Amino acid sequence: MAIFNIFIVSKSGGLIYHYDQANAPMQEVEKTFGFPLDIKLKREGSRVVVAFGQRDGIRLGHSLLSVNGVPLTSGTELQDGRDAFEVIEAKENYPLALKFGRPKATTNEKIVLASMFYPLFALAVQLSPELGSSGIQELETDTFKLHCMQTLTGVKFLVVCDPKQAGVDQLLDKLYELYADFALKNPFYSLEMPIRADLFDQNLQIAIEQIERTGFI
Amino acid sequence: MTIFNLWLFDEKGNLIYYREWNRKKNTSMERNEEAKLLYGMLFSIKSFVNKLSPADMKDGFLSYKTSKYRLNYYETPTGVKLVMNTDTTVTHPIVRDLLKSVYGQIYVEYAVKNPMYVLGQPIESELFGVKLDDLVRASPLFKA
Repeated sequence: MAIFNIFIVSKSGGLIYHYDQANAPMQEVEKTFGFPLDIKLKREGSRVVVAFGQRDGIRLGHSLLSVNGVPLTSGTELQDGRDAFEVIEAKENYPLALKFGRPKATTNEKIVLASMFYPLFALAVQLSPELGSSGIQELETDTFKLHCMQTLTGVKFLVVCDPKQAGVDQLLDKLYELYADFALKNPFYSLEMPIRADLFDQNLQIAIEQIERTGFI
Repeated sequence: MTIFNLWLFDEKGNLIYYREWNRKKNTSMERNEEAKLLYGMLFSIKSFVNKLSPADMKDGFLSYKTSKYRLNYYETPTGVKLVMNTDTTVTHPIVRDLLKSVYGQIYVEYAVKNPMYVLGQPIESELFGVKLDDLVRASPLFKA
């Protein structure tokens, strides 16, 4: 059981706080390939992604992290200035050691994700078959569960955790309490701005550790 | 326990069937407009969930719950999407079984195996409607 992520979204949809699981396991696989490559790679946004051919722990959607130990910097460019696709397509470079892994969301992507939830939340109200429905409270997938609590003032607390994690509702209440105590009562905090308060971080960390260990606060 | 309504989309996002049982709130929207809105939301949820997931997913998005209803989602490898709204006391795995039988026993049997049915077009077969109604009403989830 684990808490993977926590997001706090202001009433206008901006991300004002996020927490990542500190010791999140990195799923990385390195393998040596001969020519021609038996997996299909494609460019997707600023990443090189596996498009076809799952094998040996390399899965669809994994992105290329390094070629022969040289990490990819931005986009398809290697740290030594060469283009990843040119290296992969040239026969004389083989055998090649390629490292793949599940891409981690960058801070920018997290901001995008947080603001993406806003319309989903609103649409769930619109598409309700019954009157007076709230927005999304729980969203379930096979790998995680997202819990959402919206306060009366419109601030949303999102907790992404293991599907079997217990006591998340208590954690959401605790988060609201911490937000009220350490963000709102802080004279240096201006509304709608990112929360930077050590006391908030510390107390949140304690709450997360307790919920992961015991399942209640 | 209640089943509110059922939406069926094909792989391109066309609404091919809609049926409602105990729907209490009706929007002023046209059915097709509402279907587009729903499909758009599901599409966004899928990409949202994919980016947020800490590990590789198998089934992906399963369901979401609000204070009044639960939306249950089932997508086949061919891209046919089934969406069923139920009340919140129902858990997802039970509805998923029902959706699987709607797909296997109704859609495949009375739409795909019907030579008069053109794939991707709205299903107008009366037999399909009757069989679907029977299956859903026979389910323990259904109580008007």
